[in-house]
Amino acid sequence: MDVIRRRPMGAGRRPSPARWALIVYCTLVFVFLMLPLIVVFPISFSSAQSLQFPPPGYSLRWYKVYVNDPVWMAATWRSLHIALWTTVLSTVLGTLLAFSIVRGRYPGKGLVNQVATAPLIVPTIIYSIAVYGLFAGLKVIGNWQGIVLGHTVHALPFVVLIVGAALRTFDMAQEQAAEGLGASRLTAIRRVTLPQIRPALISAAFLAFISSFDELVIAMFLGGANVTLPKKMFDNIQLEIEPTVAAVSVLQIVLVTVVLMLAARFGSGARPVA
Amino acid sequence: MTDTAAAGATAANLNVTGLELSNVVRRFGAVTALAGVDLTVRAGELLTILGPSGSGKTTMLKVVAGFELPDEGSVRLGVHDITVASPARRNIGMVFQNYALFPHMNVAANIAFPLEMRRMAPPMIADKVAWALQTVGLTGYDRRMPSQLSGGQQQRVALARAIVFDPGLLLLDEPFGALDRKLREQMQLEVKRLQRRLGLTTLFVTHDQEEALVLSDRIAVMNEGRLEQLGTPQDIYAHPRNRFVADFIGESNLFHGRVTAIEGGIAVVAVASDLVLRLVAMAGMRAGAEIGAVVRPERPRRLGSGEAADNAVEGELVEAVYVGESIKYRLRLSSGAELLVRWPFRAGGEMLGGGARLRVGWDARDMHAVPWS
Repeated sequence: MDVIRRRPMGAGRRPSPARWALIVYCTLVFVFLMLPLIVVFPISFSSAQSLQFPPPGYSLRWYKVYVNDPVWMAATWRSLHIALWTTVLSTVLGTLLAFSIVRGRYPGKGLVNQVATAPLIVPTIIYSIAVYGLFAGLKVIGNWQGIVLGHTVHALPFVVLIVGAALRTFDMAQEQAAEGLGASRLTAIRRVTLPQIRPALISAAFLAFISSFDELVIAMFLGGANVTLPKKMFDNIQLEIEPTVAAVSVLQIVLVTVVLMLAARFGSGARPVA
Repeated sequence: MTDTAAAGATAANLNVTGLELSNVVRRFGAVTALAGVDLTVRAGELLTILGPSGSGKTTMLKVVAGFELPDEGSVRLGVHDITVASPARRNIGMVFQNYALFPHMNVAANIAFPLEMRRMAPPMIADKVAWALQTVGLTGYDRRMPSQLSGGQQQRVALARAIVFDPGLLLLDEPFGALDRKLREQMQLEVKRLQRRLGLTTLFVTHDQEEALVLSDRIAVMNEGRLEQLGTPQDIYAHPRNRFVADFIGESNLFHGRVTAIEGGIAVVAVASDLVLRLVAMAGMRAGAEIGAVVRPERPRRLGSGEAADNAVEGELVEAVYVGESIKYRLRLSSGAELLVRWPFRAGGEMLGGGARLRVGWDARDMHAVPWS
């Protein structure tokens, strides 16, 4: 019955006062959240010596400072390097864990699941202190590999949760079909299962990358002289107030956005192979 | 018992293999899914495992396919013992209930998959895929994705994928369940023709007794992990061996009674004080035995006044259901028992109304006994 059917929200009618309130509220929240992000763009192109808004004039000088400073560049490459290793390790390990948790039939599976997702719940600082204690004993503080390990464990929950969710909805009959048609278990997973959960794998890898590339606390504890990009930014803000950090932020935002777009492009939906 | 139906198919392919299950037991905790099943599927025959859900038929299929291992017993395909072989090494083509096509591969890639796994040369793969597509009537569909196909077409692809590598056995797991009635009947006949033409030894699992009767060379009726009866469709329909089979296959009237006498090969069975039935005595049947007397609903005929029959009963019509080509009537007999009869409905024929009194009768040879306990 047409009479009973609800109108689409706000279609063809003046919004009610409640709706206006909602729109205003949402806009305010949005502006409040986005403002720091937006402000950083003009500041990064500032010609001024210090962080000020609005900038008195525009230039690329802070980008030049950043690119020409070996310390900044070293920190950037180090962070990228660590983030890529973390992505690979946590995606591979997390996917294996997800398979074990979703498919496995063994005692203690619940515990494995809890432990794998625990880094999400444990405060990063607590985690960092614990790992610091462990790594100090092993004398691996200050190695970039140490940071990779720390970040990998930290990123594991994202991968386990995302890939696990995808595996739970995957039709096991397909893997059985592949096996029945002559594929080994491994081939069945490689040719049939993985291609179909690819969107989840890509999302998981992306989140793992971001979680490492952005991470400050663990890197601070484990890095020693190996300063990562977030650590360098942190130091920079503490020691000197100048817009290089704004330029770096802008580049970071751009990089993450590009990765996000790539993930969306290649991560969405199963697509034809042939 | 006549088991000649499969003989014609066997000649079509000399390489065909038979399947043999010996004393297969599979338990899940306290539940016994298969309680020692012995079954032989002859080369080239289509044998149906028919049973209600929970009867063990799915477990049996999994044991044959290799997705479950039996706790006891053995499974042989041709000369090979495949009891513990991995699914990949069994060379069995299977059509899954939901087809399990690979959605990320096109039709040709789906069908080529088992050939690739066997490391066949690409030109040969192309030939075989073309042959399989032609066999299932889907030539020209090789580039389509499974999601672009109708249910019937998806099923054909699944079938093509299951036969393209010349499997020793074809397994069909309720493959027609998702299709609408008309398409289902068409696909059943097509599968049957294909199976005959290729001489494929086929094990078909279903809970649909109508489907089983249409398709099978032989039917194995399963219940609670056991084989209740094995025979041709005609045999099982006409001579159910026990109450379960009588009840599960088709519709039937089952009367509980005691044999009072055996006169010239005819057993007289007292069901109630005013209901005495006559049926062909089974070997070894003795007076005093408790039995079930089974008569199919299409057997009783309407009797005119004064007309006699081996079994004659009178009852009141309590329900009439028109089911297209025939009408089902439910009669309440004076003893309180009910009798279901089904008569063909001819154009211009009359449909009897409720409350009418009818006399019906059937021959002793249209009725037979099943053990009661």
